[in-house]
Amino acid sequence: MLNLNDIMETITMIQEENLDIRTITMGISLLDCAHSDIDISCEKVYNKIYEKAKDLVKTGEYIEKKYGIPIVNKRVSVTPISMLVAVSGGDPVKYALTLDKVAKDIGINFIGGYSALVQKGFSAGDKELIASIPRALSLTDMVCSSVNIGSTKAGINMDAVALMGRIVRESAKLTQDKQCIGAAKLVVFCNAPEDNPFMAGAFHGVGEPDVVLNVGVSGPGVVRAALAKLPDDAPLNEVAELIKKTAFKITRMGQLVGSEASKMLNVPFGIIDLSLAPTPAIGDSVAHILEEIGLEQCGAHGTTAALAMLNDAVKKGGVMASSSVGGLSGAFIPVSEDAGMIAAARDGVLSIEKLEAMTAVCSVGLDMIVVPGDTTSETISAIIADEAAIGMVNSKTTAVRLIPAIGVEDGSELDFGGLLGSGPIMKVNTKSPSKMISRGGRIPAPLQSLKN
Amino acid sequence: MKAVVTVIGKDMVGILAKVAGDCADKNANVYEVTQSVLDGYFCMVMVINIEDLSCQLDELEMHIRASVPDMVVRVMHEDIFNSMHRI
Repeated sequence: MLNLNDIMETITMIQEENLDIRTITMGISLLDCAHSDIDISCEKVYNKIYEKAKDLVKTGEYIEKKYGIPIVNKRVSVTPISMLVAVSGGDPVKYALTLDKVAKDIGINFIGGYSALVQKGFSAGDKELIASIPRALSLTDMVCSSVNIGSTKAGINMDAVALMGRIVRESAKLTQDKQCIGAAKLVVFCNAPEDNPFMAGAFHGVGEPDVVLNVGVSGPGVVRAALAKLPDDAPLNEVAELIKKTAFKITRMGQLVGSEASKMLNVPFGIIDLSLAPTPAIGDSVAHILEEIGLEQCGAHGTTAALAMLNDAVKKGGVMASSSVGGLSGAFIPVSEDAGMIAAARDGVLSIEKLEAMTAVCSVGLDMIVVPGDTTSETISAIIADEAAIGMVNSKTTAVRLIPAIGVEDGSELDFGGLLGSGPIMKVNTKSPSKMISRGGRIPAPLQSLKN
Repeated sequence: MKAVVTVIGKDMVGILAKVAGDCADKNANVYEVTQSVLDGYFCMVMVINIEDLSCQLDELEMHIRASVPDMVVRVMHEDIFNSMHRI
Protein backbone atom coordinates (compact mmCIF):
# COMPACT_ATOMS: atom_id res chain seq x y z
CA MET A 1 0.00 0.00 0.00
CA LEU A 2 1.46 3.31 -1.01
CA ASN A 3 1.69 5.94 1.67
CA LEU A 4 0.94 9.57 0.87
CA ASN A 5 3.94 10.89 2.81
CA ASP A 6 6.29 8.50 1.03
CA ILE A 7 4.96 9.62 -2.34
CA MET A 8 5.38 13.28 -1.52
CA GLU A 9 8.86 12.66 -0.10
CA THR A 10 10.04 11.03 -3.32
CA ILE A 11 8.56 13.76 -5.47
CA THR A 12 10.10 16.52 -3.33
CA MET A 13 13.49 14.82 -3.57
CA ILE A 14 13.34 14.82 -7.35
CA GLN A 15 11.68 18.17 -7.87
CA GLU A 16 13.16 20.37 -5.16
CA GLU A 17 16.35 18.64 -4.09
CA ASN A 18 17.94 17.63 -7.41
CA LEU A 19 17.78 13.90 -6.82
CA ASP A 20 18.88 12.12 -9.95
CA ILE A 21 20.60 9.07 -11.31
CA ARG A 22 23.91 10.62 -12.26
CA THR A 23 24.88 8.05 -14.82
CA ILE A 24 24.22 4.68 -16.33
CA THR A 25 27.53 3.51 -17.71
CA MET A 26 27.89 0.51 -19.95
CA GLY A 27 31.25 -1.20 -19.62
CA ILE A 28 32.36 -2.92 -22.81
CA SER A 29 35.37 -5.17 -23.18
CA LEU A 30 37.39 -4.49 -26.32
CA LEU A 31 39.82 -7.36 -25.85
CA ASP A 32 38.27 -9.24 -28.77
CA CYS A 33 38.80 -6.20 -31.03
CA ALA A 34 42.59 -6.32 -30.83
CA HIS A 35 44.22 -6.74 -34.23
CA SER A 36 47.75 -6.24 -35.49
CA ASP A 37 46.48 -3.74 -38.07
CA ILE A 38 45.37 -0.58 -36.24
CA ASP A 39 42.75 0.35 -38.85
CA ILE A 40 41.05 -3.04 -38.63
CA SER A 41 41.28 -2.80 -34.84
CA CYS A 42 39.58 0.62 -34.88
CA GLU A 43 36.84 -0.68 -37.13
CA LYS A 44 36.18 -3.58 -34.77
CA VAL A 45 36.13 -1.20 -31.81
CA TYR A 46 33.57 1.03 -33.53
CA ASN A 47 31.37 -1.91 -34.48
CA LYS A 48 31.41 -3.55 -31.07
CA ILE A 49 30.63 -0.37 -29.13
CA TYR A 50 27.93 0.60 -31.61
CA GLU A 51 26.36 -2.84 -31.49
CA LYS A 52 26.32 -3.12 -27.69
CA ALA A 53 25.46 0.45 -26.74
CA LYS A 54 23.23 1.67 -29.55
CA ASP A 55 20.11 1.40 -27.37
CA LEU A 56 21.68 2.78 -24.20
CA VAL A 57 20.40 6.33 -24.62
CA LYS A 58 16.94 5.20 -25.73
CA THR A 59 16.66 2.83 -22.76
CA GLY A 60 17.80 5.53 -20.36
CA GLU A 61 15.20 7.92 -21.70
CA TYR A 62 12.47 5.30 -21.45
CA ILE A 63 13.27 4.66 -17.78
CA GLU A 64 13.39 8.39 -17.08
CA LYS A 65 9.86 8.71 -18.38
CA LYS A 66 8.53 5.62 -16.67
CA TYR A 67 9.71 6.55 -13.20
CA GLY A 68 9.88 10.31 -13.59
CA ILE A 69 13.49 10.37 -12.43
CA PRO A 70 16.18 12.18 -14.42
CA ILE A 71 19.12 10.08 -15.64
CA VAL A 72 21.64 12.82 -16.30
CA ASN A 73 24.31 10.92 -18.22
CA LYS A 74 24.50 7.88 -20.40
CA ARG A 75 28.10 6.78 -20.83
CA VAL A 76 30.32 4.00 -22.03
CA SER A 77 33.58 2.75 -20.53
CA VAL A 78 35.93 0.46 -22.40
CA THR A 79 38.98 -1.73 -21.84
CA PRO A 80 42.12 0.38 -21.35
CA ILE A 81 43.10 1.31 -24.89
CA SER A 82 46.81 0.78 -24.13
CA MET A 83 46.10 -2.95 -24.37
CA LEU A 84 44.88 -2.56 -27.95
CA VAL A 85 47.84 -0.33 -28.76
CA ALA A 86 50.10 -3.09 -27.48
CA VAL A 87 48.79 -5.42 -30.17
CA SER A 88 48.27 -3.02 -33.06
CA GLY A 89 51.03 -0.46 -32.63
CA GLY A 90 50.48 2.70 -34.68
CA ASP A 91 49.20 6.10 -33.59
CA PRO A 92 46.95 5.64 -30.51
CA VAL A 93 45.05 8.83 -31.38
CA LYS A 94 43.27 6.81 -34.07
CA TYR A 95 41.54 4.94 -31.25
CA ALA A 96 40.59 8.20 -29.57
CA LEU A 97 39.01 9.48 -32.78
CA THR A 98 37.15 6.18 -33.19
CA LEU A 99 35.82 6.36 -29.62
CA ASP A 100 34.78 9.97 -30.14
CA LYS A 101 32.96 9.15 -33.35
CA VAL A 102 31.06 6.18 -31.93
CA ALA A 103 30.17 8.18 -28.81
CA LYS A 104 28.66 10.90 -30.99
CA ASP A 105 26.88 8.39 -33.22
CA ILE A 106 25.12 6.64 -30.32
CA GLY A 107 24.43 9.95 -28.54
CA ILE A 108 26.15 9.31 -25.21
CA ASN A 109 27.71 12.04 -23.07
CA PHE A 110 31.18 10.65 -22.42
CA ILE A 111 33.30 7.63 -23.24
CA GLY A 112 36.06 6.56 -20.85
CA GLY A 113 38.92 4.16 -21.19
CA TYR A 114 41.65 6.00 -23.07
CA SER A 115 43.71 4.58 -20.25
CA ALA A 116 46.81 2.77 -19.17
CA LEU A 117 47.56 0.84 -15.98
CA VAL A 118 51.22 1.30 -15.10
CA GLN A 119 51.35 1.01 -11.30
CA LYS A 120 54.30 -1.37 -11.40
CA GLY A 121 55.86 -0.49 -14.72
CA PHE A 122 55.25 0.16 -18.39
CA SER A 123 54.40 -2.64 -20.78
CA ALA A 124 53.91 -2.56 -24.54
CA GLY A 125 51.59 0.23 -25.63
CA ASP A 126 51.56 2.08 -22.29
CA LYS A 127 54.16 4.74 -23.03
CA GLU A 128 52.80 5.33 -26.53
CA LEU A 129 49.30 5.78 -25.19
CA ILE A 130 50.33 8.09 -22.37
CA ALA A 131 52.38 10.24 -24.74
CA SER A 132 49.37 10.60 -27.02
CA ILE A 133 46.91 11.67 -24.30
CA PRO A 134 47.28 15.46 -24.73
CA ARG A 135 46.73 15.22 -28.48
CA ALA A 136 43.87 12.73 -28.10
CA LEU A 137 42.07 14.98 -25.62
CA SER A 138 42.55 18.07 -27.76
CA LEU A 139 41.19 16.40 -30.89
CA THR A 140 38.12 14.83 -29.29
CA ASP A 141 35.11 16.04 -27.30
CA MET A 142 33.77 12.94 -25.57
CA VAL A 143 36.86 10.90 -24.77
CA CYS A 144 38.09 10.70 -21.18
CA SER A 145 41.46 9.42 -20.14
CA SER A 146 42.93 7.95 -16.99
CA VAL A 147 46.25 6.49 -15.92
CA ASN A 148 46.77 4.35 -12.83
CA ILE A 149 50.23 5.07 -11.44
CA GLY A 150 50.10 3.32 -8.09
CA SER A 151 48.37 0.76 -5.91
CA THR A 152 48.58 -0.63 -2.40
CA LYS A 153 49.81 -3.92 -3.84
CA ALA A 154 52.39 -2.48 -6.23
CA GLY A 155 53.57 0.78 -4.72
CA ILE A 156 53.93 3.96 -6.77
CA ASN A 157 55.58 4.06 -10.18
CA MET A 158 57.49 7.33 -9.84
CA ASP A 159 58.63 7.29 -13.48
CA ALA A 160 54.97 7.37 -14.44
CA VAL A 161 54.31 10.09 -11.86
CA ALA A 162 57.06 12.25 -13.39
CA LEU A 163 55.67 11.59 -16.86
CA MET A 164 52.09 12.43 -15.86
CA GLY A 165 53.11 15.83 -14.48
CA ARG A 166 54.25 16.72 -18.00
CA ILE A 167 51.21 15.12 -19.65
CA VAL A 168 48.77 17.06 -17.45
CA ARG A 169 50.49 20.34 -18.36
CA GLU A 170 50.59 19.49 -22.03
CA SER A 171 46.91 18.48 -22.05
CA ALA A 172 46.04 21.90 -20.66
CA LYS A 173 48.39 23.65 -23.07
CA LEU A 174 46.97 22.04 -26.20
CA THR A 175 43.46 23.10 -25.16
CA GLN A 176 44.49 26.55 -23.98
CA ASP A 177 41.92 28.16 -26.29
CA LYS A 178 39.17 25.98 -24.76
CA GLN A 179 39.66 26.81 -21.06
CA CYS A 180 42.40 24.14 -20.80
CA ILE A 181 39.62 21.53 -20.83
CA GLY A 182 41.96 18.71 -21.91
CA ALA A 183 43.29 18.43 -18.37
CA ALA A 184 39.72 18.25 -17.01
CA LYS A 185 39.21 15.00 -18.91
CA LEU A 186 42.35 13.33 -17.53
CA VAL A 187 42.57 11.56 -14.15
CA VAL A 188 45.68 10.13 -12.53
CA PHE A 189 44.76 7.30 -10.16
CA CYS A 190 46.15 5.26 -7.34
CA ASN A 191 44.12 2.06 -6.74
CA ALA A 192 41.82 2.76 -9.70
CA PRO A 193 38.55 0.80 -9.44
CA GLU A 194 37.74 -1.34 -12.48
CA ASP A 195 33.99 -0.82 -12.32
CA ASN A 196 33.71 2.91 -11.73
CA PRO A 197 30.83 4.44 -13.71
CA PHE A 198 31.91 8.06 -13.09
CA MET A 199 33.96 10.13 -15.52
CA ALA A 200 36.63 11.06 -16.24
CA GLY A 201 38.09 7.98 -14.55
CA ALA A 202 35.82 5.22 -15.87
CA PHE A 203 37.35 2.28 -17.69
CA HIS A 204 36.32 -1.33 -18.09
CA GLY A 205 38.67 -3.53 -16.09
CA VAL A 206 40.07 -6.76 -17.50
CA GLY A 207 38.40 -8.81 -14.77
CA GLU A 208 34.95 -7.56 -15.79
CA PRO A 209 32.47 -9.46 -17.97
CA ASP A 210 32.24 -8.78 -21.71
CA VAL A 211 29.52 -6.18 -21.22
CA VAL A 212 28.14 -4.85 -17.94
CA LEU A 213 25.95 -2.03 -16.74
CA ASN A 214 27.01 0.11 -13.79
CA VAL A 215 24.95 2.86 -12.20
CA GLY A 216 26.08 5.97 -10.37
CA VAL A 217 23.54 7.59 -8.06
CA SER A 218 23.76 11.04 -6.65
CA GLY A 219 21.85 13.34 -4.34
CA PRO A 220 23.84 15.78 -2.19
CA GLY A 221 20.79 18.07 -2.26
CA VAL A 222 18.60 15.40 -0.72
CA VAL A 223 21.03 14.77 2.12
CA ARG A 224 21.39 18.48 2.79
CA ALA A 225 17.63 19.01 2.81
CA ALA A 226 17.16 16.09 5.22
CA LEU A 227 19.82 17.49 7.57
CA ALA A 228 18.25 20.95 7.43
CA LYS A 229 15.19 19.52 9.15
CA LEU A 230 17.21 18.26 12.13
CA PRO A 231 17.35 20.50 15.20
CA ASP A 232 20.64 22.41 15.59
CA ASP A 233 21.48 20.57 18.80
CA ALA A 234 20.96 17.04 17.44
CA PRO A 235 24.06 14.98 18.32
CA LEU A 236 26.30 13.81 15.49
CA ASN A 237 25.29 10.17 15.83
CA GLU A 238 21.76 11.26 14.92
CA VAL A 239 23.12 13.25 12.00
CA ALA A 240 24.98 10.15 10.79
CA GLU A 241 21.86 8.04 11.22
CA LEU A 242 19.83 10.44 9.08
CA ILE A 243 22.48 10.48 6.34
CA LYS A 244 22.41 6.68 6.37
CA LYS A 245 18.64 6.53 5.96
CA THR A 246 18.72 9.06 3.15
CA ALA A 247 21.55 7.25 1.36
CA PHE A 248 19.53 4.05 1.63
CA LYS A 249 16.57 5.60 -0.18
CA ILE A 250 18.71 7.14 -2.89
CA THR A 251 20.50 3.87 -3.51
CA ARG A 252 17.28 1.87 -3.70
CA MET A 253 16.27 4.04 -6.58
CA GLY A 254 19.60 3.42 -8.30
CA GLN A 255 19.12 -0.29 -7.82
CA LEU A 256 15.68 -0.10 -9.42
CA VAL A 257 16.94 1.85 -12.42
CA GLY A 258 20.02 -0.36 -12.82
CA SER A 259 18.14 -3.62 -12.73
CA GLU A 260 15.46 -2.34 -15.08
CA ALA A 261 18.03 -1.01 -17.57
CA SER A 262 20.08 -4.19 -17.47
CA LYS A 263 16.95 -6.26 -18.13
CA MET A 264 15.93 -4.06 -21.06
CA LEU A 265 19.40 -4.06 -22.59
CA ASN A 266 19.97 -7.73 -21.80
CA VAL A 267 23.27 -6.93 -20.16
CA PRO A 268 24.30 -8.11 -16.67
CA PHE A 269 23.95 -5.55 -13.89
CA GLY A 270 27.33 -4.74 -12.39
CA ILE A 271 27.41 -2.42 -9.44
CA ILE A 272 25.88 0.68 -7.97
CA ASP A 273 28.31 3.42 -7.19
CA LEU A 274 26.59 5.23 -4.36
CA SER A 275 28.41 8.48 -4.52
CA LEU A 276 27.34 11.93 -3.48
CA ALA A 277 28.40 13.63 -6.68
CA PRO A 278 27.81 17.38 -6.62
CA THR A 279 26.93 19.56 -9.58
CA PRO A 280 27.37 23.31 -9.90
CA ALA A 281 23.57 23.68 -9.55
CA ILE A 282 22.40 25.50 -6.44
CA GLY A 283 21.40 23.02 -3.75
CA ASP A 284 23.46 20.15 -5.14
CA SER A 285 26.65 20.66 -3.17
CA VAL A 286 28.63 18.40 -0.85
CA ALA A 287 30.21 21.48 0.75
CA HIS A 288 26.75 22.66 1.74
CA ILE A 289 26.11 19.34 3.52
CA LEU A 290 29.27 19.89 5.57
CA GLU A 291 28.08 23.42 6.32
CA GLU A 292 24.65 22.07 7.29
CA ILE A 293 26.38 19.72 9.74
CA GLY A 294 27.70 22.81 11.45
CA LEU A 295 30.65 24.51 9.78
CA GLU A 296 30.59 28.20 8.94
CA GLN A 297 32.17 27.39 5.60
CA CYS A 298 33.65 24.30 4.00
CA GLY A 299 37.39 24.31 4.62
CA ALA A 300 37.12 25.39 8.25
CA HIS A 301 38.71 23.18 10.90
CA GLY A 302 36.34 20.29 11.43
CA THR A 303 35.76 19.79 7.71
CA THR A 304 37.77 16.56 7.59
CA ALA A 305 35.89 15.05 10.53
CA ALA A 306 32.50 16.02 9.10
CA LEU A 307 33.45 14.61 5.71
CA ALA A 308 34.69 11.36 7.27
CA MET A 309 31.35 10.89 8.96
CA LEU A 310 29.41 11.77 5.83
CA ASN A 311 31.43 9.41 3.66
CA ASP A 312 31.05 6.52 6.06
CA ALA A 313 27.33 7.05 6.64
CA VAL A 314 26.67 7.17 2.88
CA LYS A 315 28.35 3.78 2.47
CA LYS A 316 26.57 2.21 5.41
CA GLY A 317 23.19 3.36 4.15
CA GLY A 318 23.84 2.35 0.60
CA VAL A 319 25.33 -1.07 1.18
CA MET A 320 22.10 -2.61 2.40
CA ALA A 321 20.07 -0.98 -0.34
CA SER A 322 21.90 -2.57 -3.20
CA SER A 323 22.72 -6.10 -4.25
CA SER A 324 26.20 -5.05 -5.25
CA VAL A 325 28.09 -1.90 -4.41
CA GLY A 326 31.33 -0.90 -6.05
CA GLY A 327 33.12 1.83 -7.94
CA LEU A 328 34.18 4.78 -5.85
CA SER A 329 31.19 4.94 -3.47
CA GLY A 330 31.36 7.81 -1.01
CA ALA A 331 31.39 11.58 -1.18
CA PHE A 332 33.04 13.43 -4.06
CA ILE A 333 34.75 16.75 -3.55
CA PRO A 334 35.44 18.13 -7.04
CA VAL A 335 36.05 21.83 -6.47
CA SER A 336 34.82 23.29 -9.76
CA GLU A 337 31.70 21.10 -9.79
CA ASP A 338 30.43 22.12 -6.37
CA ALA A 339 28.89 25.53 -5.71
CA GLY A 340 29.91 25.46 -2.03
CA MET A 341 33.50 24.42 -2.78
CA ILE A 342 33.81 27.11 -5.45
CA ALA A 343 32.64 29.73 -2.95
CA ALA A 344 35.02 28.45 -0.26
CA ALA A 345 37.96 28.43 -2.69
CA ARG A 346 37.13 31.95 -3.87
CA ASP A 347 37.03 33.18 -0.29
CA GLY A 348 40.39 31.57 0.39
CA VAL A 349 38.87 29.35 3.09
CA LEU A 350 39.56 26.14 1.21
CA SER A 351 43.18 25.40 0.32
CA ILE A 352 44.77 22.56 -1.61
CA GLU A 353 46.38 21.37 1.62
CA LYS A 354 42.99 21.12 3.32
CA LEU A 355 41.57 19.32 0.29
CA GLU A 356 44.43 16.86 0.47
CA ALA A 357 43.57 16.07 4.08
CA MET A 358 39.92 15.65 3.09
CA THR A 359 40.84 13.13 0.41
CA ALA A 360 42.22 10.82 3.09
CA VAL A 361 38.69 10.28 4.38
CA CYS A 362 36.48 10.52 1.29
CA SER A 363 36.09 8.52 -1.84
CA VAL A 364 38.26 10.26 -4.39
CA GLY A 365 41.06 12.77 -4.46
CA LEU A 366 42.15 16.23 -5.56
CA ASP A 367 39.49 16.66 -8.16
CA MET A 368 38.82 19.48 -10.61
CA ILE A 369 41.24 21.92 -9.06
CA VAL A 370 42.47 24.84 -11.13
CA VAL A 371 46.13 25.65 -10.41
CA PRO A 372 48.23 28.56 -11.69
CA GLY A 373 49.40 28.26 -15.31
CA ASP A 374 53.03 28.51 -14.31
CA THR A 375 52.86 25.49 -11.97
CA THR A 376 55.77 23.31 -13.05
CA SER A 377 55.29 19.75 -14.20
CA GLU A 378 57.48 18.62 -11.26
CA THR A 379 55.11 20.26 -8.80
CA ILE A 380 52.13 18.61 -10.50
CA SER A 381 53.98 15.29 -10.29
CA ALA A 382 54.66 15.87 -6.62
CA ILE A 383 51.00 16.61 -5.95
CA ILE A 384 50.15 13.37 -7.76
CA ALA A 385 52.74 11.50 -5.65
CA ASP A 386 51.37 12.91 -2.38
CA GLU A 387 47.86 11.94 -3.29
CA ALA A 388 48.89 8.48 -4.49
CA ALA A 389 50.72 7.95 -1.19
CA ILE A 390 47.50 8.62 0.72
CA GLY A 391 45.69 6.09 -1.44
CA MET A 392 48.46 3.52 -1.29
CA VAL A 393 48.82 3.56 2.49
CA ASN A 394 45.10 3.68 3.23
CA SER A 395 44.17 0.99 0.68
CA LYS A 396 41.75 3.34 -1.01
CA THR A 397 41.28 4.99 -4.36
CA THR A 398 42.76 8.43 -4.74
CA ALA A 399 42.95 10.49 -7.88
CA VAL A 400 44.28 13.76 -9.15
CA ARG A 401 42.57 15.92 -11.74
CA LEU A 402 44.35 19.26 -11.84
CA ILE A 403 43.84 21.89 -14.50
CA PRO A 404 46.82 24.20 -14.97
CA ALA A 405 45.31 27.49 -16.15
CA ILE A 406 47.84 28.07 -18.89
CA GLY A 407 47.60 31.49 -20.48
CA VAL A 408 45.17 32.71 -17.82
CA GLU A 409 46.06 35.49 -15.39
CA ASP A 410 46.23 34.77 -11.67
CA GLY A 411 43.09 35.85 -9.90
CA SER A 412 40.79 34.93 -12.77
CA GLU A 413 38.78 31.74 -13.25
CA LEU A 414 38.30 28.93 -15.71
CA ASP A 415 34.77 28.13 -16.85
CA PHE A 416 34.27 24.69 -18.40
CA GLY A 417 30.50 24.89 -18.58
CA GLY A 418 27.99 22.14 -17.88
CA LEU A 419 28.63 19.61 -15.12
CA LEU A 420 32.35 20.41 -15.06
CA GLY A 421 31.54 23.86 -13.69
CA SER A 422 34.01 26.65 -13.09
CA GLY A 423 36.74 27.32 -10.60
CA PRO A 424 39.09 29.97 -9.29
CA ILE A 425 42.83 29.45 -9.55
CA MET A 426 44.05 28.00 -6.25
CA LYS A 427 47.42 28.72 -4.70
CA VAL A 428 50.08 26.04 -4.92
CA ASN A 429 53.22 25.74 -2.78
CA THR A 430 56.00 26.76 -5.18
CA LYS A 431 59.04 25.23 -3.43
CA SER A 432 60.62 22.81 -5.87
CA PRO A 433 60.26 19.03 -5.51
CA SER A 434 62.20 18.47 -8.74
CA LYS A 435 65.12 16.53 -7.24
CA MET A 436 62.78 13.94 -5.77
CA ILE A 437 60.69 13.69 -8.93
CA SER A 438 63.71 13.36 -11.22
CA ARG A 439 64.94 10.38 -9.19
CA GLY A 440 62.19 8.28 -10.77
CA GLY A 441 62.06 4.60 -9.88
CA ARG A 442 59.38 3.16 -7.66
CA ILE A 443 58.10 3.68 -4.15
CA PRO A 444 57.87 0.10 -2.88
CA ALA A 445 54.52 -1.32 -1.84
CA PRO A 446 53.76 -0.57 1.82
CA LEU A 447 53.46 -3.09 4.59
CA GLN A 448 49.68 -2.93 4.17
CA SER A 449 50.11 -4.88 0.93
CA LEU A 450 51.32 -7.99 2.75
CA LYS A 451 47.95 -9.35 3.76
CA ASN A 452 48.15 -12.88 2.43
CA MET B 1 0.69 -2.52 -12.54
CA LYS B 2 -0.11 0.82 -11.04
CA ALA B 3 1.11 4.35 -11.48
CA VAL B 4 0.87 7.40 -9.25
CA VAL B 5 -0.41 10.72 -10.60
CA THR B 6 0.34 13.78 -8.51
CA VAL B 7 -1.07 17.20 -9.24
CA ILE B 8 0.03 20.22 -7.24
CA GLY B 9 -0.80 23.88 -7.73
CA LYS B 10 -3.24 26.70 -7.04
CA ASP B 11 -6.72 25.42 -6.30
CA MET B 12 -9.41 25.98 -8.92
CA VAL B 13 -12.66 24.47 -10.11
CA GLY B 14 -12.62 21.13 -11.90
CA ILE B 15 -9.06 19.85 -11.46
CA LEU B 16 -10.11 16.42 -10.22
CA ALA B 17 -12.73 16.13 -12.95
CA LYS B 18 -10.28 17.06 -15.69
CA VAL B 19 -7.51 14.74 -14.50
CA ALA B 20 -9.93 11.84 -14.00
CA GLY B 21 -11.31 12.48 -17.48
CA ASP B 22 -7.79 12.42 -18.96
CA CYS B 23 -7.11 9.09 -17.26
CA ALA B 24 -10.33 7.68 -18.68
CA ASP B 25 -9.35 8.92 -22.17
CA LYS B 26 -6.25 6.73 -21.99
CA ASN B 27 -8.09 3.76 -20.47
CA ALA B 28 -6.57 4.05 -16.98
CA ASN B 29 -8.81 2.97 -14.13
CA VAL B 30 -8.65 5.16 -11.03
CA TYR B 31 -8.14 3.09 -7.87
CA GLU B 32 -7.75 5.71 -5.25
CA VAL B 33 -7.69 9.47 -4.86
CA THR B 34 -6.41 11.52 -1.96
CA GLN B 35 -6.61 15.27 -2.13
CA SER B 36 -6.24 18.18 0.18
CA VAL B 37 -6.24 21.94 -0.08
CA LEU B 38 -3.69 23.61 2.16
CA ASP B 39 -3.47 27.37 2.24
CA GLY B 40 -5.08 27.63 -1.19
CA TYR B 41 -2.76 25.02 -2.66
CA PHE B 42 -4.30 21.96 -4.16
CA CYS B 43 -2.51 18.66 -3.79
CA MET B 44 -3.87 15.47 -5.25
CA VAL B 45 -2.43 11.99 -5.38
CA MET B 46 -4.21 9.49 -7.59
CA VAL B 47 -3.33 5.81 -7.91
CA ILE B 48 -4.33 4.40 -11.29
CA ASN B 49 -4.25 1.01 -12.95
CA ILE B 50 -2.08 1.06 -16.07
CA GLU B 51 -2.48 -2.57 -17.15
CA ASP B 52 -4.62 -1.56 -20.11
CA LEU B 53 -3.27 1.94 -20.65
CA SER B 54 -3.64 2.89 -24.29
CA CYS B 55 -0.43 4.98 -24.41
CA GLN B 56 2.97 5.39 -22.73
CA LEU B 57 3.15 6.92 -19.24
CA ASP B 58 4.81 10.09 -20.48
CA GLU B 59 2.05 10.59 -23.03
CA LEU B 60 -0.52 10.38 -20.25
CA GLU B 61 1.51 12.96 -18.32
CA MET B 62 1.53 15.30 -21.34
CA HIS B 63 -2.18 14.77 -21.81
CA ILE B 64 -2.93 15.75 -18.21
CA ARG B 65 -0.54 18.70 -18.32
CA ALA B 66 -2.33 20.04 -21.36
CA SER B 67 -5.68 20.06 -19.59
CA VAL B 68 -4.43 21.61 -16.32
CA PRO B 69 -1.59 23.79 -17.66
CA ASP B 70 -0.98 25.78 -14.45
CA MET B 71 -0.42 22.73 -12.27
CA VAL B 72 2.70 20.65 -11.62
CA VAL B 73 1.82 17.19 -12.87
CA ARG B 74 3.83 13.99 -12.50
CA VAL B 75 2.99 10.46 -13.55
CA MET B 76 5.35 7.85 -12.14
CA HIS B 77 5.34 4.07 -12.05
CA GLU B 78 4.59 2.76 -8.55
CA ASP B 79 7.82 0.73 -8.41
CA ILE B 80 9.90 3.80 -7.65
CA PHE B 81 7.96 4.44 -4.44
CA ASN B 82 7.93 0.78 -3.46
CA SER B 83 11.64 0.36 -3.97
CA MET B 84 12.51 3.54 -2.13
CA HIS B 85 10.31 3.10 0.92
CA ARG B 86 9.94 -0.67 1.34
CA ILE B 87 12.58 -3.23 2.18
